[in-house]
Amino acid sequence: MVGKEVIVEFKNDFMLTGTLHSVDQYLNMKVTDISVHNPEKYPYMISVKNAFIRGSVIRYVHLPTESVNFPLLQDSTRKEIMNNRKEKKAPAAEA
Amino acid sequence: MELPEPFLPGAISLLEQLDKKMMVVLRDGKTLVGYLRTIDQFANLVLHNTVERIYVDNYYGDIIRGIFLVRGENVVLAGEMDEDERPNTLIQVTVAEILEMQQAKFNAKKEADAARSEALRARGKLPPPRENVDILGDEPY
Repeated sequence: MVGKEVIVEFKNDFMLTGTLHSVDQYLNMKVTDISVHNPEKYPYMISVKNAFIRGSVIRYVHLPTESVNFPLLQDSTRKEIMNNRKEKKAPAAEA
Repeated sequence: MELPEPFLPGAISLLEQLDKKMMVVLRDGKTLVGYLRTIDQFANLVLHNTVERIYVDNYYGDIIRGIFLVRGENVVLAGEMDEDERPNTLIQVTVAEILEMQQAKFNAKKEADAARSEALRARGKLPPPRENVDILGDEPY
């Protein structure tokens, strides 16, 4: 996902487009080469090219459809569900 | 990215933004511009030579604030500002003027809202809920 162009939609309806530079466990993001969707309402972003975005303020991240590997996504989700179920059973068995 | 080993595993580094001029947008809508001096894992920031920048229409005004410690949960975004780049479509005015403009705009909005509420009430409908200071609106209580 890093290196792809994404649109980040904030909880206050602010939207900006940029290239995803990095993400962390809190879903904080660093985005480079920013352009704003509503420049009239938010004039201050003219001089800002890169930004650190706190994960807690993001509502959506629009990803380009081609870059999402659906089979891989489905497999990983399935595996995670299986793991969660196993973890649920294991402590019950031990107790 | 390349983080020094024991430091904040899994956290994105604002380290490379240290001592750079940053524009920080807060949850209450304030915009602060200052040199980033300290960070931590919660994105708490210490800004030096901070200026609170108020925007009204095409004008902006700067209020000198000094040193700010911003609690991480209030940060919406922190962007690196180009040192020399001035927003060329925006006109800078004095603090008094920008505050006046802001107040005028606020009053105008209040009147418009009052008029709208009146119209709605006349038709037997509820007025719209009061607006939060928090621009994110994710804690309405």
